[in-house]
Amino acid sequence: MRTEPITDASGRQTPVARTWHWGRWLAAAVALAVAARLAYLIVANPNLDWGKVAEYVFHERILSGVWVTIEISVLATALGLILGVLVAIMRLAHNPVLSGLATFYIWFFRGTPVLVQLIFWYNLAFLFPEMVLKVPFTMIGVKWDTNQVMTGFTSAMLGLGLNLAAYFAETVRAGIQAVDNGQTEAAYALGMTPAKRMRVIVLPQALRIIIPPTGNEFISMLKTTSLVYVVAGHDLMTNASQIYKANNRIMELLIVASLWYMLMTAVATFLQGRLERRFGSEAVRLVRGGGLAARILPKAAA
Amino acid sequence: MNAPGEQPDKQVVRASGVRMSYGEVQVLNGVDLTVAAGEVSCVIGPSGSGKSTFLRCINGLEPVLGGSLRVLDQEVGHTLRGGRYHPWTPKEFAAFRRNIGMVFQRFNLFAHHSALENVACGPVHVLGTPADRARVLAMEHLERVGLADHAHKRPHQLSGGQQQRVAIARALAMNPALMLFDEPTSALDPELVDEVLEVMKGLAAEGMTMVVVTHEIAFAREVGDWLTFFADGVVVERGRPRELLANPSHERTRAFLSSVLHPKERQESQ
Repeated sequence: MRTEPITDASGRQTPVARTWHWGRWLAAAVALAVAARLAYLIVANPNLDWGKVAEYVFHERILSGVWVTIEISVLATALGLILGVLVAIMRLAHNPVLSGLATFYIWFFRGTPVLVQLIFWYNLAFLFPEMVLKVPFTMIGVKWDTNQVMTGFTSAMLGLGLNLAAYFAETVRAGIQAVDNGQTEAAYALGMTPAKRMRVIVLPQALRIIIPPTGNEFISMLKTTSLVYVVAGHDLMTNASQIYKANNRIMELLIVASLWYMLMTAVATFLQGRLERRFGSEAVRLVRGGGLAARILPKAAA
Repeated sequence: MNAPGEQPDKQVVRASGVRMSYGEVQVLNGVDLTVAAGEVSCVIGPSGSGKSTFLRCINGLEPVLGGSLRVLDQEVGHTLRGGRYHPWTPKEFAAFRRNIGMVFQRFNLFAHHSALENVACGPVHVLGTPADRARVLAMEHLERVGLADHAHKRPHQLSGGQQQRVAIARALAMNPALMLFDEPTSALDPELVDEVLEVMKGLAAEGMTMVVVTHEIAFAREVGDWLTFFADGVVVERGRPRELLANPSHERTRAFLSSVLHPKERQESQ
């Protein structure tokens, strides 16, 4: 906004009046009043025991739940990303059977609720009481009891990971298809095989498009893990619910869980910002040496 | 360049009756053309005449669907075994293309690599040259095209002419027996055309076997050993550039030349 007086051709100065944005002040005041009132209703609620929140926020079972939530999120995201790349490459394959199967996979896992998938994996023993891996026509092999393999933890990881893979495959496909076809032709002209072209030329460039949404996927995964409580995965939500079922302090424990989810999301958002800056401007060297961690967290000043 | 009349010792490219189509659209209708080692063969013709498609058939980027195309003593895309031709695997295509450099109209430099990495990329990932050695060699190739100072810039930081010179260095880094140029100056601003043509003239003078699809008639006249005129998917005529430009024997060629030649150039060539 201009504060310097306006000087006309004859050298006479006339000051500029200040604009008062009355509408803005009014809107801000109303919004603040509503927000303050809502906050007061919760904070000063006589039925809410903040002492219990403080008591449970660092409770042993809550902390172990936080850790399990992080574990499940990281493992399920990793599974989803790796499988997603494979499904995307299958989807783009010339082989109609492979690409058809990939299309079916994506449709199936996007078409069923993740809650249903979690419960399905957890109860896999109803269909297959035993899991057998053996060389055909011989007696050589191993056998597991399905109920022991499909714990809350593994079914959570599988359910969330397989589900993410279906969504992520579409992101990867878009990324791969966004790389100019001329890059592929130049790679072939140099004598690269299709696989090498994909790994050395196309995927590193596709990563620029693929990487930023992965941050979002991970952040959303952190909270989706709360669904795991239906299969008792010992994650943050499961443990919080078990505590409130015992002491009936539902609201206090939901607040405790939310505080941790918000903290995890804040950290993940920070990392996502670094990731995006890293991949927005700089070239993608992820595929060629240097671990992911070294790339996201370079030596302090670098 | 071969002196006129000198007998070529080896045909690097020998096309006879090459046909190719995109679905129903016939693009090549029986192309006959030979390129001998050490020769510069320039190809001109109206757009849609199939000249770029033919060039892309030479290194197997487009499939030959009829006739025979022998390049570097191999039938492109097929190996004769037990009395039958067996289609190549992607690996066999890759091995074949190592010996053929290609320069594209739109440069197609690898966008995530610096100029130096672009040039070193082929030797490292295709030939298995150790990275240190490949970088030294890549630097030499960049010096050759006059871009040593720009080695660490990315393609988007270079002008079109510079990018095309990097692309030439990238192809040369594979020590190809044959270089293909697909309208290498058509995407360039006029003032950047000469720097690319100069590099190509240098290559020709060193005896590189080259097939150049181009609209640069002056370049074809000065550097080309042979000039081939394409139209409607066939070779209409082929001859020594000066003779063909001065006395085209087909009406089609005459019409094309008068439409592309600057009046001044037309005078010169007569």
